[in-house]
Parts: sequence; structure tokens; C-alpha cells
Amino acid sequence: MPDIDVVQLARLQFALTALYHFLFVPLTLGLSVLLAVMESVYVMTGRAIWKEMTKFWGTLFGINFAMGVATGITMEFQFGTNWAYYSHYVGDIFGAPLAIEGLMAFFLEASFIGLFFFGWDRLSRLGHLAVTWLVAIGSNLSALWILIANAWMQNPAGARFDPATMRMEVASFYDVLFNPVAQAKFVHTVSAGYVTGAMFVLSVGAFYLLRGRHREIAKRSITVAASFGLASALSVVVLGDESGYTAGLNQKMKIAAIEAMWQTEKPPASFTIFGFPDLKSETTRDQIRVPWALGLIATRSLDEPVEGIQQLVADAEQRIRNGLVGYKDLAQLRAQHSASVPPSMQPAIGDLGYALLLKRIRPDIENATDAQVHAAALGTVPNVPVLFWTFRFMVGFGFYFILLFATAFYLASRRTLERAWFLRLALWSLPLPWIAAELGWIVAEYGRQPWIIDGVLPTFLGASSEPVGNLWFSLVGFVLFYSTLAVVELYLMVKYVRLGPNPAAAPGAGRLAPAAGQD
Amino acid sequence: MPPIDYATLRFLWWAFLGLLLIGFAVTDGFDLGAALLQPFVARNDTEKRLLLNAIGPIWEGNQVWLILGGGAAFAAWPPLYAVSFSGFYLAMFLVLAALILRPVAFTFRSKLEGVLWRRVWDWAFFVSGLVPALVFGVAFGNLFLGVPFRFDDTLRVSYEGGLFGLLNPWALLCGLVSVAMLAMHGGSWLALKTEGALARRARTAASWASLVVILLFTLAGLWLAFGIAGYVIAGTIDPAGPSNPLDKSVLREAGAWLRNYGIHRWIMIAPALAYLGAAATAALRGRPLLAFLASGVSVAAIVATAGLSLFPFLLPSSLDPRSSLTVWDASSSPTTLFIMLVATLVFLPIVILYTAWIFRVMRGPVTAVALERDSDSLY
Ligand code: HDD
Ligand code: HEM
Ligand code: HEM
Repeated sequence: MPDIDVVQLARLQFALTALYHFLFVPLTLGLSVLLAVMESVYVMTGRAIWKEMTKFWGTLFGINFAMGVATGITMEFQFGTNWAYYSHYVGDIFGAPLAIEGLMAFFLEASFIGLFFFGWDRLSRLGHLAVTWLVAIGSNLSALWILIANAWMQNPAGARFDPATMRMEVASFYDVLFNPVAQAKFVHTVSAGYVTGAMFVLSVGAFYLLRGRHREIAKRSITVAASFGLASALSVVVLGDESGYTAGLNQKMKIAAIEAMWQTEKPPASFTIFGFPDLKSETTRDQIRVPWALGLIATRSLDEPVEGIQQLVADAEQRIRNGLVGYKDLAQLRAQHSASVPPSMQPAIGDLGYALLLKRIRPDIENATDAQVHAAALGTVPNVPVLFWTFRFMVGFGFYFILLFATAFYLASRRTLERAWFLRLALWSLPLPWIAAELGWIVAEYGRQPWIIDGVLPTFLGASSEPVGNLWFSLVGFVLFYSTLAVVELYLMVKYVRLGPNPAAAPGAGRLAPAAGQD
Repeated sequence: MPPIDYATLRFLWWAFLGLLLIGFAVTDGFDLGAALLQPFVARNDTEKRLLLNAIGPIWEGNQVWLILGGGAAFAAWPPLYAVSFSGFYLAMFLVLAALILRPVAFTFRSKLEGVLWRRVWDWAFFVSGLVPALVFGVAFGNLFLGVPFRFDDTLRVSYEGGLFGLLNPWALLCGLVSVAMLAMHGGSWLALKTEGALARRARTAASWASLVVILLFTLAGLWLAFGIAGYVIAGTIDPAGPSNPLDKSVLREAGAWLRNYGIHRWIMIAPALAYLGAAATAALRGRPLLAFLASGVSVAAIVATAGLSLFPFLLPSSLDPRSSLTVWDASSSPTTLFIMLVATLVFLPIVILYTAWIFRVMRGPVTAVALERDSDSLY
């Protein structure tokens, strides 16, 4: 058993570094595709301004990409350093998509990104365009594979427990690959990236128009961003709904917590738009509710119930008891050096993960009292108010993005973009997609607690048995390191945005000259 | 059940892990080497930028060999991934810090003109080459001594001893071998990709480094033969048995790390190539391309020598030798090994093909003229 402080610090470190990595990821995903689109226009029309645009957004892309790579390596190492038991327990399944991601995606994007910057004079137009598309495809493939891995943690399909090796092993790789949660997650997350890329281009373009600079480049960029952004924002919302549906099938507790559904309602359940969930009384105060809506979203039917938290806790209690039977069966199998689980024991051993929840309360779990089993079952409820609110903000932003990009699209198609109110709105909306995406990850990951693998392995068991000092050291190290780099990166981004496209053309201003007087 | 038997799959994956490590040492190795040579061979801003751009277009792809090495260890050898990353916790943190600095140092350095700004990133760049080179060598050295870990009966791993336990004289010697070999390799690359004074200094550095490699490699070999007790599996082990390290027992025995060379004499070719390659790097200094290839052979052979000596051990435990991880009891299931084998056989050749194409497109030295003309897209 790892020290409980070690578990908390490892969680905090994962949360901080993953949220930090995901500041750079969505911009890479979106901007890489936008670069490829702009360069395609250049190659098709031969108009130099599109090449200039590609190069300009490419410079900003490069600054962001470096940070994406730098923070991604941390993630790759972290499973081994802080989550050693997790790595042992599920590496047989979870490691495979990670390795394939390296083979198929990282090599592609990382190898061709060099040519993107260094290859303008060495490649034909078409050759360079192909390189840019390969970078975009590589980034998107990397999202696919990492999300297959992540989706397996939410819905551990295609795996079984092996008593001889004391870990989960692959039963069907097909089920791991074609996990429905992975598909929903991939489309939703990648669309969120596209929204981010589009917003970045839109906001920076709006900034130039407000200042009356680089108008030709800014207008064209905004036009591209508006249509790409509108399609992506629609996709995020429509496919966010799909995400909700698959989560409803697999993670009933998460959905119940997001909706603050304390009791099972008579179907079809209504959707709470607003309210104040109260943990103590297990009720939600001051609610505004839409009848039927939740039942439709979560079950796609009018007669299936959406289960409430109290009902799900009772189910969990039952599974803990069942898992305790499995725990004893397992001891017997291990004494006999058995390499497989006989069918009669399979249901009970399938609930082993639930029994392991008790380890948090006492090491000799087979002697747990009824009160302790009940306490462990209550521990399966994630933090309801946090999930309730983070989810609602994400959804709210989603609808706002549709409106904003639709407006941009309308104004761009009527060639009336230069309206100060709109440009200001677009500029100030810049941080919102990042906030929405971070909130999304909090819903998905914090809502999974107390599980690191849903129903299979509790989070606190997954951590390494490290001395707590090591975790403090690395956590403080990361915070200092990452904060410094964040400041530097923001400074450079702002500097290069202010410098604008093709600074070499500005008198006396090489790209390396200070930006003074440019504004 | 996959169509290849478990023992063969395990052996192939041992070979693949070696191949990935060699891929990393031979490709990203020259990037790291060039970075750690930077303060010694590049004297002014132009030379520093030339050095950066000599590795600029390719270092990012090269680094993926390391990322893939980590991912492949996770997929094919989960206990190895879990024990090594958490067992070398603080050492890994140091490497990570260096690897975080590297991409940023490349990208950020030449984006602004301030003298202080550039000096800071030059330092960061140097450190980002030196630290991984040293730490990887030290970590490899510690494999031969054994790492103080043990498993409990749920296969949860725990350790005794921290960062300073790793810094013993033998491991430091291994660290120096690693630094010297990457300096040799990085110097050879710079000699090939730059011109004038910078290339001349790089050539000299590579030659000196190759002599140091020969010296330290010999020293390490003697020490290993006479000073360090190796590990051997006691009795028999089923190479197709379940991956549970606790099912075997292990002994320590003087000279055991050289045993494999007595059994299969032909593998002596690895240490022989390590020497030959290093010697040829110095001897062929007038022909940069050949010298670079020779240093690559030497680097690959040094890594291979270490792996062949350890076989079948991946990570021996000094605390509880029975917990040691070996090729026969620390792998994934046969199904995962097989799927990953197919994925590797499909994708790795494609990767190698396009990498070769990129090296070809970017061939030829980086010049100060190109730097001026293309200031916009170069580092
Ligand atoms: C939805 C997308 C997504 C998600 C959830 C993650 N990543 Fe990521 N990652 C990317 C999308 C991405 C990317 C778009 O491909 C990056 C970001 C910027 C970049 O340069 O590539 C990247 C870079 C990146 C790199 C550097 C690759 C290189 O050298 O090119 C590594 C090693 C990782 N990531 C590993 C991880 C791990 C272990 C994650 C899980 C905890 C993770 N990433 C979450
Ligand atoms: C980059 C986008 C991601 C973000 C922003 C993110 C966010 C988070 C957050 C906020 C937590 C902390 C939850 C808590 O402890 O209360 C967490 C935990 C975790 N996530 Fe993610 N996550 C991301 C991607 C992933 C992916 C792709 C994986 C796996 C492939 C993953 C695996 C984990 C693990 C292992 C933990 C630690 C255990 C835990 O606390 O549950 N995460 N993540
Ligand atoms: C009506 C709008 C939206 C709905 C219904 C919705 C729904 C959801 C749901 C249910 C999840 C959790 C999935 C899980 O638990 O595994 C989620 C996660 C997430 N959301 Fe949204 N979302 C919406 C808008 C947005 C927007 C606008 C963004 C960002 C621009 C965004 C980014 C994310 C991300 C990055 C995740 C985590 C990855 C994942 O689990 O797919 N979402 N969303």
C-alpha cells in the first residue's frame, strides 16, 4: 500500500502536468490542420499571400509545438515513476496503444515538422504541402491512440485478470481498439482542438484588424477560421452529446454525479439546467429543470430509467460483497498456482476491483464489517458539485462558440468583418476554448474517481511506493520549471503576434529586431 | 493463441528493445553529443547557430526513438517499465528536466537577440545534452550491480536507497563512457554537417573522444571481469512460463557477466566493433561521412555489448535477487507481444524509410550564407 500522501501528491502532479500538456495540445491539433488548409490554397491558387500566411502561423505553431513536445515527455515518463503498480497491473493492455502512438504518430509528426520549417527551399510546392499534411495527420493520429488508451481506463473492455501474473491481460485487442468510448472521445476531443485552433486564428486576426495592420492576411485568415471553427463547434456539441451517451452506458455514476441525480427518477428523467447540489442532504436546491431531456440524452429512450446516486451506491455495496468472495477465491487459486480462473469463479473475480476499495480502510479486507463495506460503497461517489458545475460551463461555452463562429461566418461572407464590437468580442474570447477543454478533462477524469481503471483498480492502489520526499521534490520542480517556461512562452507568443507576418519587409526590422515602434 | 511460441516472442522483444535503444543512441545520440560539445567547439553566435541548425531539422524525429523505447518497454515489458522508472525516480526527473529544456532551447534561443537571453539558452542547451548522456550511462552501470528493489506477493515493488546510491565509482565510469561515446558521435556529425573552423574543431573533438572511448571501454571491461559479481538464474526456468519474477531463484557469481561470451563466442563481435568503430573514427577524420558511420557503429556496438552481457537479465535486484527481472519472466502476455510485433514489423520499416528520405533532403553542410538568407525559418 502506498502512503496516502504519496497518492494525493501523485494525483496532483498528474492533474497539473496533464492539464498543462493540454494547454498546448489543442492548439497543435487545430493549427496543424489550418496550416495544411492555408498551404493547400497556396498550392492551388499560387498566390504568394497564402504562403506568407502559412509561414506566419507556422512560426507561432512552432513555438507552441516545442512546448507540446516538452510537456508530453513528462506524461510518458509519469506512468512509470508515479504509477508503478498501475503500470504493472494494466501495462499488458494500456502500454500497447501508447507504443503504437509512438510508432505511428510521433515519428510522423516529429520527423516532418523539421522539414516543414527547413524544407521550403529544398522541396517542390507539392512536396512541401505533403509534408504539412503529414504533420497534421501525425498529430491527429497521436490523439487517436492516446485516447484509445484513455478510453480503456474509462471502459476497460477486452481484458481479464490472470492470477498467475497478478495483473490484467488482453482478452480481445479488437475490443480495446473499437471501444465505443474511444470513438466518442476522439471525435469530441479533436473537434475541441479544431475549435481552439480556429479561435486562435480568429482572435489574432481580429487583433490586427482592430489595429488596422496586416489587413489582407488577417481577413483571409479569419475567413478560413470562421468556416473551420463553425463546423468544429457544431461537431463538438453534437459529438459531446455522443460522449454523454457512451458515458451514460459505461459510467452511470459519472452521469448521475454530473446531473446531481440523487434518486432514480421515473423515466424519462428531466435535465437540471441550474441548481445547487448539496452533499449533506443529498438534494439539489433551487433547481431549474427541463422535463424528459436527460432521459433522452443518456438513454436515447423514453422508458429506460437513469439511475440515481443512492441506487448506484447500493449496487456498489453488492459488488463489494461479491468481490470479497472473488478475493478469497483468488487466494485459493494462487495457493494452487493456477494460471486461469475457472468459469464458476469468474463473476466474483470480475468484481475484485470493488473489494480492493476496502484496502483504503483496512489491509485485511476479508474481515471487513458491514459498516466498512457501506463506507467503501459511499466512496464510489465522485465530487458532485464540482462535476455539476464544470460540466455546465463546458456546455455553455460550446453553445457560445457556435454563436460566435456563426456570426464570424456571416460577417465574413458579407465582407463586413470590420465591426469593432465583433472584433473586440472575438479578441476577448481567445482563452475560452482552452478553459472549456480543461473543464472537459476535469469532468472526464475527476468524474472517474475513485477509480484509476473504472471498476478494476482503485486510484490509491495504482500509485508507486515512493518515499513522499521524492514526490514533493518532483512536484515542486515541475511547478517551478513549468511556470517559468509558461511565462517565457507567453512572452514570445505575444512578441511574435505583435511582430506580425513577414517582419523582414518592415524597414530595418529583421525578425530578430525588437518590436518597438511596430505597433 | 498467437502463431509464434512465447519464448521466441520474448526473445524477439528483447532484441527489439535493444534495437530501439541502439536507434536512440545512434540517432539522438549525435544530437546530445553535439549539444554537450557546443561550449567547446562553437565560439561565436554564428557558429552556435550553425551548430543548432546542423541538427535542427532532424533532432525531433530522432528523439522519438527514446519515447518509443519507453512506450515499447511499457507495452512489452511492463514490470521493467514500472520498476526502472520508479526505481530511478530522481535520476529520471533529472533526465526529464533536461528533455523539457531541449526543445525549448532550440526553438526559443534565436527568436530574440538579447545577449543574456541567448547565453541562458546556450547553457540550457548544453545541460540538455550532458545530463541525459551522463544519467543514461550511470543507470546502465547500475544494472550490472543490481538495483535495490523487491516485489511483495501482489507484485507491488518497493526500493531501498535513493539517488546517491546510484552514484558509485563503477556507475560513474559507465556514465563517462556514455558521455565520451556521444561526444565522439556528435563531433563526427558536426564535422560532416558544418564547414570551416567549426568543422575543424568538431573533428578534433571527435578524435580525442574516440581515444577516451577506447580507454574507458577497456577499463570498464576489466572491472566487469574482475571486480563485479554477476547474476545467474539458479536451476532451470521455463522460458514460456507466466510473467511472475517471484517463481525463480537467482545467484550471484564472480565473472558471471562475461559468461555469455564463453558460451556463444561469436558475440565477441560486438565489443570488437566497438573498438574498431572508435579507432576508425579517429583514423578516417579526413573523410567525414565514413568517420561518422564508424562512430555510429561504435556507439551501436557499445550498447549491444552491454545488453549481451546482461542477457537474460533486464534488471537484476541486489536486495532480493529472486525479484530480478529477466527476459523469461517480465514480459507482457503472448497476445500483446504478438500484436506489438506485427505493429512494429509494419511501421518501423516505414519510419526508417521516411527518416532516410528526410536525411537525404537535408543533406549537405549548413552554411553561414544559408543562415543569413533563411533567417526566417531557421533556428
Ligand atoms: C488529444 C490529444 C492528446 C492527449 C490527450 C495527450 N497528448 Fe501528448 N501530444 C499530443 C496529443 C495528445 C500531440 C498533439 O500530438 C502533441 C502535442 C503537441 C505536440 O507537439 O504533439 C503531443 C506530444 C506528446 C509527446 C511528445 C511527442 C513528440 O516528440 O512529438 C509525448 C511523449 C506525449 N504527447 C505523450 C502523452 C501522454 C503519455 C499522454 C497521456 C497522459 C498525452 N500525451 C496526452
Ligand atoms: C491531456 C489531457 C488530460 C487531462 C487534462 C487530464 C486530466 C486529469 C486530471 C485533472 C486528473 C486528476 C484527477 C484526480 O486525481 O482527481 C487526471 C488523472 C489521471 N489521468 Fe488524466 N487527463 C488527460 C489525459 C489523460 C490520458 C490521455 C490518460 C491516459 C492515457 C490519463 C490518465 C490519467 C491517470 C493515470 C491519472 C492519475 C490517476 C487519477 O488521479 O485518476 N489522462 N487526469
Ligand atoms: C454542448 C456541448 C458539450 C457537451 C454536451 C459535452 C459533453 C462532454 C462529456 C459528457 C464529456 C465527458 C466524457 C467522459 O466522461 O468521458 C466531455 C469531455 C470533454 N469535453 Fe465536452 N462537451 C461539450 C462542449 C465542449 C467544448 C466546447 C469543449 C472544448 C472546446 C469540450 C472539450 C472537452 C474535452 C477536452 C473533454 C475530455 C475528453 C473526453 O472525455 O472526451 N467540450 N464533454
